[in-house]
Amino acid sequence: MTLAGSPRLDFERRLIEAQEQIDELVASAERSGFDVSEELNELKKKLNDLKESTYQNLTPMEQVQVARHPDRPYTLDYIERIFTNWIELHGDRTFRDDEAIVGGWAALGGTSVMVIGHQKGRHIKENLRRNFGMAHPEGYRKALRLMQQAEKFGRAVITFIDTPGAYPGLGSEERGIAQAIAVNLREMARLKVPLVSVIIGEGGSGGALGIGVTDRILIMEHAVYSVISPEGCAAILWHSRDFKEEAAAALKITSKDLLALGVADEIIAEPPGGAHSDWDAAAASVKEALERTVSELGRVKTDRLRKTRWAKYEAMGVWGESAPETPPDAS
Amino acid sequence: MAWFRKDKKPLKSEDRRDLPPDVFDKCKGCGEILYAEKLAQNLQVCPSCGHHFRLPAERYVEILLDEGSFEEIDEGLHSEDPLQFNDLKPYKERLTAAEEKVGRRSAVLAGTGTLESLGVILAVMDFRFIGGSMGSAVGEKIARAGRTALDRKEPLIIVSASGGARMQEGIYSLMQMAKTSTVLAALHEAGLPYISLITDPTTGGVTASHAMLGDVNLAEPGALIGFAGPRVITETIGQELPDGFQRAEFLLKHGMIDRVVDRRELKTTLGVLLRHMIA
Ligand SMILES: [Zn+2]
Repeated sequence: MTLAGSPRLDFERRLIEAQEQIDELVASAERSGFDVSEELNELKKKLNDLKESTYQNLTPMEQVQVARHPDRPYTLDYIERIFTNWIELHGDRTFRDDEAIVGGWAALGGTSVMVIGHQKGRHIKENLRRNFGMAHPEGYRKALRLMQQAEKFGRAVITFIDTPGAYPGLGSEERGIAQAIAVNLREMARLKVPLVSVIIGEGGSGGALGIGVTDRILIMEHAVYSVISPEGCAAILWHSRDFKEEAAAALKITSKDLLALGVADEIIAEPPGGAHSDWDAAAASVKEALERTVSELGRVKTDRLRKTRWAKYEAMGVWGESAPETPPDAS
Repeated sequence: MAWFRKDKKPLKSEDRRDLPPDVFDKCKGCGEILYAEKLAQNLQVCPSCGHHFRLPAERYVEILLDEGSFEEIDEGLHSEDPLQFNDLKPYKERLTAAEEKVGRRSAVLAGTGTLESLGVILAVMDFRFIGGSMGSAVGEKIARAGRTALDRKEPLIIVSASGGARMQEGIYSLMQMAKTSTVLAALHEAGLPYISLITDPTTGGVTASHAMLGDVNLAEPGALIGFAGPRVITETIGQELPDGFQRAEFLLKHGMIDRVVDRRELKTTLGVLLRHMIA
């Protein structure tokens, strides 16, 4: 896929213009029959440089826009390109099949794994079905059912994270969205098989964490992972959504931030211009990282795997300790 | 307060105009003006309508544990400012203000003690401390309470009250949900009881982690309990929420909690449960 049509994001405008220049040159060369390969190569190189410099200098809020880009590859797009023998499984066995989370068996290289991920829709019709990747409790319960099935057969679990958050609605609350996520957190901690998550787009709060308690957290270069959306945070702390830029920066949600904070284990590089400009290249990078990580974790004994996982989560965060006698800023 | 007599009739608001404000409380349930002292004797439950007023953490220690049995742990555990977060006010300032207001270094009070002579670990969240929000210090303190329960092979009781995640600690606050749940996984595998008592209000990341993971989940009457806040839901679905939505009784009806328990019967209820489980 290449950038086409009207620019989706402001900072993409220059890239579109450069692409149009190339298209024009090609068209005129075809009409006239002149050899323009030298000029063409130069323009292509310019476009590539422009893509790289643009995508390396995104502000945190621009990163959020890229993470939410409507042309970005979604879970099923990655599954199609990374795995073989994919067979989707449906339903939580209690209420319904939540299509905001997909899951099923697939083979990574020669190894069977359970793959689970949030699924956004690309068009209005599909988004109604997928609820914009915002799962209800039954989505999280389906995910847990499949993870426990993987455990039964000693297979690793791979999750793709891409959601604005769990769905805040009546049915969601009635059927216990909080309970569903909470149980997933506890049970993912307990699973006796390797767990790997890849944040491919939007890592939205508890809805992301609900399938994100894993031995390794990989994050795409332009993906984000946050406790709250910048808009939501701005509305609460700045009393206005207009401060989303400030909130996005303050929350430290980019892949580089997450690596520095010790939450993400690895950043997966995206092709110049972002994953949405070349799905195949993006998927190839994810595949390489997954094969390496799954095979590495596969060599770790179960006890050690769980112990390491527990130790990792128990160490999360930064806090201070002082002598009990110290009064709280009594001065 | 020599003038205070138990047989006084509740006052109307206009009567209290010139009286010191800390002597009276207006009930949010029925609007009645109540004597603060009488209310305190009734564990901050309105004698007229049964409305449960919110409580500071130390009151739950008094209500649930045998007198004099409480020994605080991790008193000095406090928040840092790992992101150097600055919105309309620096996070550091918010922390200092909260510590001064509440007289504690974090939004959790934790310790060991006995409940009807049974050894327990108790952790209580305090909504007054930045809305009881869970950052690293809160998550760590709850996790340590869980580990203390594991070490001593004693039941864990967590009293939750929280607006959710401590946004000013960014992704670390989200990770605290995984942290408390991980410790509860260990407790679960060790066969130790964990009882979750959910009080008003408990929403967001705390509901979606330790608050919902009790072997038994109890809630106080009328407590607001949910994942998303009511305002967020209203905005999302574009319609008014039904009466009683996300209240303790609603969760009981929908199967999310085991019992709604009057505050005055909490200790007895916990005693009965724990003896069934371990004594
Ligand atoms: Zn009342």
